[in-house]
Amino acid sequence: MNDKPKIILGLIVFVAVFTFPFWYNHLSASAPPKVELTEKAKAAKVCVAEKEFMRREHMQILDQWRDTVVREGKTIYTDENGKEYVASLSNTCMDCHSNKAEFCDKCHTYTSTDPYCWDCHRYPEEKK
Amino acid sequence: MNVNYLSSLAAVIILGLIAYAGAQSGGFYQVLFGIFIPYLAVLVFILGFINRVMDWAKSPVPFRIPSTCGQQQSMEWIKQSKIDNPSTFIGVVIRMFLEIVLFRSLFRNSRVEIRGDRLSYKWVIWLWLFAIMFHYSFLAVVIRHLRFFTEPVPFFIPLIEKVDGILQVGLPIYYISGLTLLAGATLLLLRRVLIPKINYISQAADYFPLFLIIGIAFTGIMMRYFTKVDVVRIKEMTMGLVTLHPGIPEGPIGGLFYVHLFFVSILVAYIPFSKLMHMGGVFLSPTRNLANNSRAKRHINPWNYPVKVHTYEEYEDDFREKMIEAGLPVEKE
Amino acid sequence: MAKLPKPDDLFNSIDYKIPSKKWEDVPPDLSDGKFCYPTKIKNLEYLSLPTTKGEWSPAEDDWKLPDNWETIVREGFKERLDKYRSLKVFMDICVRCGACADKCHFFIGTGDPKNMPVLRAELLRSIYRNDFTTAGRILGTIAGARKLTKDVIKEWFSYFYQCTECRRCSVYCPYGIDTAEITMMGRELLTLLGLNINWILEPAANCFRMGNHLGIQPHAFKDMVDFFCDDLEEITGVRINPSYNRKGAEILFITPSGDVFADPGTYTFMGYLLLFEHIGLDYTLSTYASEGGNFGLFTSSEMMKRLNAKMYAEAKRLGVKWILGGECGHMWRVIQQYMDTMNGPADFLESPVSPITGTKFENAASTKMVHIAEFTADLIRNGKLKLDPSRNDKHIVTFHDSCNPSRAMGMFEEPRYVLKNVCNHFYDMPEGTIREQTFCCGSGSGLNTEEIMDLRLRGGLPRANAVKHVHDKYGVNMLACVCAIDRAALPPLMNYWVPEVGVTGLHELVGNALVMEGETERTMNLRQEPLTEEEDETDE
Repeated sequence: MNDKPKIILGLIVFVAVFTFPFWYNHLSASAPPKVELTEKAKAAKVCVAEKEFMRREHMQILDQWRDTVVREGKTIYTDENGKEYVASLSNTCMDCHSNKAEFCDKCHTYTSTDPYCWDCHRYPEEKK
Repeated sequence: MNVNYLSSLAAVIILGLIAYAGAQSGGFYQVLFGIFIPYLAVLVFILGFINRVMDWAKSPVPFRIPSTCGQQQSMEWIKQSKIDNPSTFIGVVIRMFLEIVLFRSLFRNSRVEIRGDRLSYKWVIWLWLFAIMFHYSFLAVVIRHLRFFTEPVPFFIPLIEKVDGILQVGLPIYYISGLTLLAGATLLLLRRVLIPKINYISQAADYFPLFLIIGIAFTGIMMRYFTKVDVVRIKEMTMGLVTLHPGIPEGPIGGLFYVHLFFVSILVAYIPFSKLMHMGGVFLSPTRNLANNSRAKRHINPWNYPVKVHTYEEYEDDFREKMIEAGLPVEKE
Repeated sequence: MAKLPKPDDLFNSIDYKIPSKKWEDVPPDLSDGKFCYPTKIKNLEYLSLPTTKGEWSPAEDDWKLPDNWETIVREGFKERLDKYRSLKVFMDICVRCGACADKCHFFIGTGDPKNMPVLRAELLRSIYRNDFTTAGRILGTIAGARKLTKDVIKEWFSYFYQCTECRRCSVYCPYGIDTAEITMMGRELLTLLGLNINWILEPAANCFRMGNHLGIQPHAFKDMVDFFCDDLEEITGVRINPSYNRKGAEILFITPSGDVFADPGTYTFMGYLLLFEHIGLDYTLSTYASEGGNFGLFTSSEMMKRLNAKMYAEAKRLGVKWILGGECGHMWRVIQQYMDTMNGPADFLESPVSPITGTKFENAASTKMVHIAEFTADLIRNGKLKLDPSRNDKHIVTFHDSCNPSRAMGMFEEPRYVLKNVCNHFYDMPEGTIREQTFCCGSGSGLNTEEIMDLRLRGGLPRANAVKHVHDKYGVNMLACVCAIDRAALPPLMNYWVPEVGVTGLHELVGNALVMEGETERTMNLRQEPLTEEEDETDE
């Protein structure tokens, strides 16, 4: 019984499946999204925490804000330097970062992340 | 204490530390752990896997030896067990499908116990359950990870993420598969450590991949939920890898990521040389992948060779007189 | 032979505690009574097999291995890896999940961890890793490799002759790893060194020369069968005159020689004779192919082929249309899974059709050999047999599925259908101990030898224990089977564990129930015992 053709077919399927990422992308990747800052954000220079921290942990801060605001009623967030902010996604974050499509969505889409922030929160009209 | 699992655990910890230290040293080491080793690992995996399977394929299946686990095909009024004792290709395909997808044979597992003057056999589902949990979690985790290797991300990945995160607990939303992978691997490990019989048959080669996978799941869970890493930069890097434009992105990623990646690299490169080849081997097991029809259809053995037999003539020469005396017919009087 | 312990003591001595030493460091028990006697060199020479440097005993230190034994084993191993994908795959993919561990009747009965199928395979696998894999070569013991030494050979001898190749473990293995394959390869390698056991090679040598394992010469074979005919005449009043080596018969009937030789197999043979007479079958017996079984299967694939060749050769010489095979376990493994491949194609035969019912046995179209249980089931189904099952009324019957017809063939319903038609009281043993999960008699694959009786009783315990269950529950007193080794091995097993239960072949019960044309009133069964217990009492 010669079953080599079947085995080779199986191996072709194996290679096809396990090299999926290689052929799916046609060997080219678009450049990773660059975070676009609005003029206002640029002018402000600082966020509620330093940039690298915000890149990694912004969802944690927002989660923490939600809890402190909703459950404990504390609406003020104090950063490391003692500066106070109103803990609000719509009113504080999106005041500077009013360009949701550029600032939020690009990276979220890029990494297939689907945050449920805007299930509840409205976001401001984009400024041109 | 058992040298088999301690040595495996130590090996995994040392490998993790090496990768972490490498990532911290930056420059060349990041290229080594982030680009060179992953490429090498994938290459070893694919080529090693093919090589191993082709090596199996090189040896023929001289005899048709299915383990028949049900009624054979017989007269039409006797109901055949078409899956457990298939006589057709379709039957074999279904048998193999159930074997590979549902671990059907493992599902039969039982445990023997002595009760008074009786042996009793109890159906036990734990091994099957842990195995199913472990393998399907692993599959879900691997598919989810394609989000780092595809751009745009294909539709089925968010779909699986949705299902996997169906509990909608925590932030980022907890994925069930991550936890069940860790739990499954841990349970399989505990079996080996705690059940004396299983402990007795376990080797370093059984502990090592479990520790490695636990390490992978652990670092993965850490990165997602606790010590955060920069996901956008990671994807930039992984996309670079799969589009053959490798590079180390600017800015920090997080040392844990390198540990995770190194563990995965070790695991995939280890597959072709280890028992993890059961992944390919299960397709080639002659007791499962053949129809039980060797009485109806001749199976060919490519190395069948003539052997020395004792012919009837030799037999008759030996016994002719006695045969004639007993009135038995003979060829030569 | 050491005196056997009492059944209770033996049962209570079973201990599943794991030894403190690693299995690699536990030497096999090669004391008297723990091993099968080695083959006499004359048998090896007669079969042109390699020999040791002299007669040897497993109990002694020096096994008189040939000088280049390491090379022989290594090259033999390599050759088999290249010839058998099963071996290669099974060496590579075991994950040691342990599902097989307590499925082996020898493990259940001895508690010896090396009787777990996984460790039995590791005996070979550890050497495979050392000699044939990169990881094993580099990492050594960490990768589970170990060097081939004379002690390893001794361990192989001990444990590959503590496996009956019953394949029960392969049913539970998630990858279908079949320890029978492993054991076969292990035994082949040992045979290359001249190491084999007398209980296998003596029958094999007999079979080669005289056509059957027991060495029954042609005239004696005829005498023995004629003697059955005398008995049958006494029991039924019908005279049967079977033919031998008759050219032009339609069917050649081949059954294990054990059925000619010893009770209760002889009664099964008488059952065949009655059946064939009853339906007027045009058949013949052969003295040349007078063996259904094949102890070559337990030696090497080559020896199996050499012994099996007689069946087709004789069928061809006699010009029969097809072959009917009697009740035997491993015989049917050979016929179902090896014969046509090895010694076929049987293009000089015709695709089997029952001359009585016209049924075509499609499942035997190529091999052209039909199992007697299939044949009889078809006869009953078509109403061709006149049966009086009440003649078996004193038997409360259960059925032992023999390993090979179960797990290498899948013949479950045919014998049960026959049983239910020839006797009125039939009860199956519990789930998990029958059909594909059936337990071995503990003496298969050539281990049916006196000197290891302790081991056989332990290996047969799971089977006996299930019989005990139906004995207690339903009063079962008769264990039916379709295997000649069973008929030899189960009586001592029952006698030890469940002494109230007897052993019978399927066709003995058929013979009892058959209402023969012109028969005198039947008062005795084929054993010449009264048909019912009551008569038994009135006699006294």
